Amino acid sequence: MSMTRQAEPAVTPPPAPGPKANDGRTTRRTPARRLLARPEVGVFLGVVVVLVFFLIAAPPMRDSSSMANILYQSSTIGIMALPVALLMIGGEVDLSAGVAVVTSALTASMLAYQLSMNIWVGVIAALAVSLAIGMFNGWFLMKTGLPSFLVTLGTFLILQGINLAVTKTVTGNVATDDISDMDGFAQAKALFASSFEVGGVQVKITIVWWLVFAALAAWVLLRTKYGNWIFAVGGNKESARAVGVPVTFTKISLYMLVGFGAWFVGMHQLFSFNTVQSGEGVGQELIYIAAAVIGGCLMTGGYGSAIGPVFGAFMFGMVQQGIVYAGWNPDWFKAFLGVMLLGAVLINLWVQRTATRR
Amino acid sequence: MDRSSQNRPRRIAPFVAVAAAAALTLAGCSSGSGGKKAEEGGGDGASAGKANTPQMTVALVTHQAPGDTFWDIVRKGAEAAAAKDNVKLIYSADPNAGNQANLVQNAIDQKVDGIAVTLAKPDALKSVLGKAEKAGIPVVGLNSGLSDWKDLGLLEFFGQDESVAGEAFGKKLNEVGAKNTVCVIHEQGNVGLTQRCDGLKKTFEGNTQILNVNGVDRPSVKSTITAKLKQDSSVDYVATLGAPFAPTAVQSVGDAGSKAKVATFDLNKDLTKAIKAGDIEFAVDQQPYLQGYLAIDGLWLYKNNGNYSGGGEQPVLTGPAFVDKSNVDAVSEYAAKGTR
Repeated sequence: MSMTRQAEPAVTPPPAPGPKANDGRTTRRTPARRLLARPEVGVFLGVVVVLVFFLIAAPPMRDSSSMANILYQSSTIGIMALPVALLMIGGEVDLSAGVAVVTSALTASMLAYQLSMNIWVGVIAALAVSLAIGMFNGWFLMKTGLPSFLVTLGTFLILQGINLAVTKTVTGNVATDDISDMDGFAQAKALFASSFEVGGVQVKITIVWWLVFAALAAWVLLRTKYGNWIFAVGGNKESARAVGVPVTFTKISLYMLVGFGAWFVGMHQLFSFNTVQSGEGVGQELIYIAAAVIGGCLMTGGYGSAIGPVFGAFMFGMVQQGIVYAGWNPDWFKAFLGVMLLGAVLINLWVQRTATRR
Repeated sequence: MDRSSQNRPRRIAPFVAVAAAAALTLAGCSSGSGGKKAEEGGGDGASAGKANTPQMTVALVTHQAPGDTFWDIVRKGAEAAAAKDNVKLIYSADPNAGNQANLVQNAIDQKVDGIAVTLAKPDALKSVLGKAEKAGIPVVGLNSGLSDWKDLGLLEFFGQDESVAGEAFGKKLNEVGAKNTVCVIHEQGNVGLTQRCDGLKKTFEGNTQILNVNGVDRPSVKSTITAKLKQDSSVDYVATLGAPFAPTAVQSVGDAGSKAKVATFDLNKDLTKAIKAGDIEFAVDQQPYLQGYLAIDGLWLYKNNGNYSGGGEQPVLTGPAFVDKSNVDAVSEYAAKGTR
């Protein structure tokens, strides 16, 4: 018809009369819409709503030291919620994450104490044990093809039993001995459980570590090849493998990352409280998973972010402490917590639907 | 070709090797202070020789949750008595009442010579205890069930009602001049813990507030108590219901910049140190070792001499015994062994 059409390749079909060139699938959404489609935006709005709510309902929460307290509680959940979220994006769950924290702390404490060695021997041995647990979870999963729910439920029970039985056998009690007077304790405490002052407020170091790990996780997820692999194996394992993604490596390493998180939180608990109770940690795995899900990670894998779980953990810490700051009837504590969390997830869902609606 | 998936996993191995090597390197540096070497050795609890009576089998079935220090001490008392009395002790526990009933049934099926049982939820155990009676197996109660053991046809009872301990605690708080107490429940919905707080509330003349914390997550316990102290700065006493939570409460008091004092139910090794140091004011001890010991010893006495303490009418009380700065020295030696 015109000269310009000749410049185009001959194979180009004539413009089809059916679907318009702009059928919505290729439209560039407005910047606001695109922002809303990010996994962490829903939880961010939820956090803002809950924060404003508690700032009104609970006057003691307006104090900056209260915020430091909430952030501390959030950080101990958040440090674990990060690797748990990455694992979830990678399409798997880890039910052993809660007791694995205690396993790590018990290993470090008992090894150093029983052999009367420098604390750091225990700390490093605990890291090896934690990574080995993660490696086992991942390896067993890939080797057998069983669902991760089953594999890690098994590990959860094994670790729970080992925590109790080994502690009882080694120490004669169900709690470990106080290690606060041993060599290396002060340094380890400085690294894992110290606090510093900012404007007259005591800030726990776990908050710093939490944010550092979150930044690192966000960078890995969005800017590295490994980050792409995580999304790929969580989206569709077989197609990922077909395009050359090392599925086995990615999954095993994700479980080891959870192991690293368990080690870190375990060390914090050990150096913060000097002793460890062998029965602790049960049920915490669900809180980590909840923080990741509230943070916008899908339980089916392939979708999520590293920043979302940060807000998820913060939401959890804020609701948990906010109820106390508000001075509400404690009998309702868990019910309040549940209602708040469901509310947060609903906001999350609504934001995502609004954002992706055409 | 999926090369990388085969190469990558091997890269984990050197990392583990490095960690292991580092651990071995560090193995050279032993700790100059603390650790097991610094602790003095000692036997595990009291020993009073061994009876020459024929061996009998006794089942101890409790409602212990896994990893609880308190029940560990009960069990140690029971084991010490079993060793002395030539008793083969079968220990089992489940916090779920239905499961506990099954464990009692299991003991009946094994045709044991005696059963010692805790009655945290008496109704759930009613029918299975009837079966034990039918089978002619003597049953004693311990720890929980002060108001129910007679109705359920038990031979004798060793323990202390949780509300009695709570009431004693409340009276002690009056003595030390407390005005506003927070009672920290580390397991929401636990009957015994609720009774302790209720008992405390009954006798304490000041204001009592209940606080629920997540007992399996120590950082969360710490933050929540801190939050409570910030919310109500007039709190002058924090009462924890389990020994491990008291030192955590002390940290919370520090974090909140509060002047509140900490007192607790139950005792352990670290607590005696803290009481000595003045970090914790007092602990009310129901002597769990005694409960375990007397329950097994009671069954042995019944079988070999027909005795039963309290004549089937009155319980044998094991507490409340207070441990504070005035008597902590006498107790700490035993607490160090994990028997007080």
